[in-house]
Amino acid sequence: MRRVVILLLAAVLALLPSGAARAQATLRIGMTASDIPYTGGQTDNGFEGFRFVGYQIYEPLIAWDLSRGDRLAPLVPGLAESWEVRKDAPTKWVFKLRRGVTFHDGSPFNADAVVFSYESIKKKDAPHFDSYGSGQVSFRLASLTGITKIDDYTVELETNKPTSFVPYQVCYMVIVSPTQWQKFKDWRKFAEQPSGTGPFRVTRFVPRERLELEANKQYWDAKRRPKIDKLVLLPLPEPTTRLAALRSGQVDWIEVPPPDSIPQLKGAGFQITTNSYPHNWTHTLRLDKEPWNNKLVRKAANYAIDRVGICKNLLNDTCIPATGIVYKGHPWFGKPKELYEYNPAKAKDLLRQAGFDGTKRPAKAVHLISTSGSGQMLPLAMNELVQKNLKDVGIDIDLQPVEWNTLLTRWRAGFHTPDNEGLNAWNISWNFLEPWSGFGRFFHSKAVVPVAVNTMPYINPEADKLIEEAERTFDIGKQNETLARLHEIIVDDAPWIFVVHDQNPRALSAKVKGFVQPQSWFADLTSVTVR
Amino acid sequence: MWAYVGRRLLLAIPTLLGASIIVFAMVHLAPGDPIAAVMPAESSQAEIEATKRAYGFDKPLPVQYLVWLGRVAQGDLGKSIATRRAVVLDVRDALANSLVLALSSSLLAFALGIGLGLLAAFRQGRLLDKAASAVAVVGVSVPHYWAGIILIIVFSVQLNWLPAMGAADDPGVLPYLRHIALPTLALALIPLGVITRVVRSAALDVLNQEFVLALRAKGLASRRVFTHVVKNAAPQILTVLGLQFGFQLGGSVLVEAVFSWPGTGYLLNLAIFQRDIPVLQGVILVLATFFVLLNLAVDLLQTLVDPRIARH
Repeated sequence: MRRVVILLLAAVLALLPSGAARAQATLRIGMTASDIPYTGGQTDNGFEGFRFVGYQIYEPLIAWDLSRGDRLAPLVPGLAESWEVRKDAPTKWVFKLRRGVTFHDGSPFNADAVVFSYESIKKKDAPHFDSYGSGQVSFRLASLTGITKIDDYTVELETNKPTSFVPYQVCYMVIVSPTQWQKFKDWRKFAEQPSGTGPFRVTRFVPRERLELEANKQYWDAKRRPKIDKLVLLPLPEPTTRLAALRSGQVDWIEVPPPDSIPQLKGAGFQITTNSYPHNWTHTLRLDKEPWNNKLVRKAANYAIDRVGICKNLLNDTCIPATGIVYKGHPWFGKPKELYEYNPAKAKDLLRQAGFDGTKRPAKAVHLISTSGSGQMLPLAMNELVQKNLKDVGIDIDLQPVEWNTLLTRWRAGFHTPDNEGLNAWNISWNFLEPWSGFGRFFHSKAVVPVAVNTMPYINPEADKLIEEAERTFDIGKQNETLARLHEIIVDDAPWIFVVHDQNPRALSAKVKGFVQPQSWFADLTSVTVR
Repeated sequence: MWAYVGRRLLLAIPTLLGASIIVFAMVHLAPGDPIAAVMPAESSQAEIEATKRAYGFDKPLPVQYLVWLGRVAQGDLGKSIATRRAVVLDVRDALANSLVLALSSSLLAFALGIGLGLLAAFRQGRLLDKAASAVAVVGVSVPHYWAGIILIIVFSVQLNWLPAMGAADDPGVLPYLRHIALPTLALALIPLGVITRVVRSAALDVLNQEFVLALRAKGLASRRVFTHVVKNAAPQILTVLGLQFGFQLGGSVLVEAVFSWPGTGYLLNLAIFQRDIPVLQGVILVLATFFVLLNLAVDLLQTLVDPRIARH
């Protein structure tokens, strides 16, 4: 018996970690994605895919400047040094490409690579058409209709109409190496040994488990050469697993720690970073049916929500109150008349004006919500608070929770299906990175389902006019002013119940230094060091 | 004997067909679809429909099923929608990881469970029996995913002895053992409880039979009596062991999810949320096949241990 005990002890001791220090500076990140985002160029898993894979291995012609946290991340030259729309032909954009850039495989970046990448997304009969990558990104490049190589370092992109939104589309098209693709002539194989121009290059790909990258020492922008040697990405969709991985030192950085773990993490010496970014968590209302067809009721609902309470008590300050599509300080915020502070008395008053009375005749609605999902934060707990806030002023909402994928599928089909006919709203979180995502797809009368996702439907000729005007305005300052006017109108119409803006919390071990959390969905990992 | 094996294998075919039809139907009855799951949330209905057509998901369900069945008959499980890797490769890697985990946790549970169960039976009513019964009750009643989380909190977060998740990232036996230790413990809990109880009651049944009394009366050493009892209880125990091993392989979804252990359970979980139908069907088919074969193996083993239940 004693021998067995000694053996067992020896086995346990052998399993203990050896104290050997890591020679290389390695950053290990636990992502929320359930799988490694697609590495073949036009990535999947939404913006988390862009954040850790798309924009680390590859680069677009126009990139996001993610170096600062005190302003909304602007677009800056990436693989293109400059671009301009042709004065004689407003549907043609000329891009001057950066010289002296090489792909990870050593081949040069030039106009051919841009044409190749464009065709892999847009040209269905090209041998290098990537049907999967195309499905992920082509709708973000909806206005682009053609590409012409002018010379080795100049390309011309053509659009279906004059539109100033082109830079906001081009930033999602990353440039892949045609030379590397020619070696395999197969996108799946290319994805296992990908080649871009980005600051990190893939060294090891274990499907569904891990992606290992190393610093690209030849990266063209000397200021953005990574300070770490190695980057390891792990898909850890379970929040508790992600948290445990961070706390046990298996990873140095996790996305979205559970809000209730934040005080403990801080106490244990972990850093919590947050910042505003273009995200909102709302209830999208159905405007062609009672009770949300009445603007007074919609305003009442917006005055009934205790947003500060939700952010403080439930989410441990990982969000800020939302009183519009965008947050205060964003260039599109403008000066809305209604600021939707928490004011239940005003809400009750508005409801009475609309002909509803809390006890005698409450407003009733059925809202479809999800049990979890990307960007949905804590949907069940948050919705229970929303429900209680609304109930307090005399709006009874019945919450119907479904799984995230189901919610997306039903939402895309619009309210007018047999399944959805009984619904009055859905709770889905959105991004508003650019004018189309923020406004066009929801509020233009031509974006009604199934063309895009104006499900409500929101029909307002004035909004249509402003969206079109913004698209025709090539001066970004003036364009922002137009969008701010549009925002003021929408906030006043209250087609959504605005609830909160997520602050994109992430938890970093004390060893991680130099990270700046930008006002963006994306992140610059080149400035990060690991002690 | 061989005719019996052949017949059992033939019978496996309708079983597997049935399993595949049920899986196929359930996946399609659930709202949400595979294309919607891999497309970005912002994409519109029109774009989704176009992609659906490209993948052949717009065809009627029976047609889709027959197309799939035709491929499987040729040994092709298709390609994952999410990763576009061949499902065979995904399932092969995952199955290897799950088998190792099932084996390690079964070994642990079998060794401890049989030992505790026999001890409890031979010390019936004494403290050791009560302790063993307590272990059994804890084993069958504590949810193993919860136990997994507790193990992580204690051994990974507080003590920082063992990794909290994943399979080994460095080559070598030691890192592998370090990573598999906690999932093994968590997964061993339920079979440990079940086996302890079954072994105890099986051994008690035999102990209470008259031939044991006779053996003792003729002065046989208690070690020899023990051997007789074990031999007689073995067939019943074997059945349970076989079933438990099967459960270990198919029932590790939650434990694998908690520990991010890249096995079939983890893959199944991913495939469900991604609506990755080819992967889902591939995994289920392989697991169902495994169950059928395992049952057959257990039956044959029983015949070998106890010739009285020979088959015809």
